[in-house]
Amino acid sequence: MDNEMKLEIKSKSCNEAFARIAVAAFVSQLDPTLEEIADVKTAVSEAVTNSIIHGYENQDGFIHIHCILSGRDIEIEVIDYGKGIENVEMAKQPLFTSCPNSDRSGMGFTIMENFMDEMKVESILGMGTKVLMKKTLKEG
Amino acid sequence: MNITYDEKKRLLCIGFEGEIDHHTCLEMAKRVDDAIHKYLPSTVIFDFAKVSFMDSSGIGMLLGRYKKLLRIGATATIQNISEDIEKILGMSGIFKIIPLQEEVYFYG
Repeated sequence: MDNEMKLEIKSKSCNEAFARIAVAAFVSQLDPTLEEIADVKTAVSEAVTNSIIHGYENQDGFIHIHCILSGRDIEIEVIDYGKGIENVEMAKQPLFTSCPNSDRSGMGFTIMENFMDEMKVESILGMGTKVLMKKTLKEG
Repeated sequence: MNITYDEKKRLLCIGFEGEIDHHTCLEMAKRVDDAIHKYLPSTVIFDFAKVSFMDSSGIGMLLGRYKKLLRIGATATIQNISEDIEKILGMSGIFKIIPLQEEVYFYG
């Protein structure tokens, strides 16, 4: 199956649920297992939440989600045009958080890495951040 | 969210409901904190039986409550988690400080 969708959402926290459910619904045409769907939902939720809290620092902005299905391969891009990440390697460390005084666990990137097969972060300060995630579903 | 308190045991049970993410966890954290300040329990059980989704915001929310409980000398446990939630919580290592309750406590 080859298919593709693009989604543009405002950086509002109530759109986190919408984004993960929309991607899960799109991916569901590949008949994934319940665990695979849960993994994708969680990874998308983490990426979108990062864009809202860190990329746009809770200000208005737009988040682009691009999802490509090719055979059993899923590719998901989450892009924001926010402030960018100064040190991507540091941000990816488990438990690292730039907001130590809020209730953020610092586990977002670790979860994306573990729940998907591949994750790549590209970021330019002042320009924005792109998270690319890939996962190959088990043969149905 | 279902909050019950057993005065004899000084046991506060927090039954989370629905989806726990960045959007919902702020309000949940506030309600848990209000209950902690109101009852000053010695033990807290966080119940996830009615939680359909959780991302890492839930880990942060639990850690934040744990810090508050430490200050009043209370301990906490977690119960009724699905495989999905166990996967996330396990990754964070949180069970070392808020262990899984072996026998499910019935409340409410």
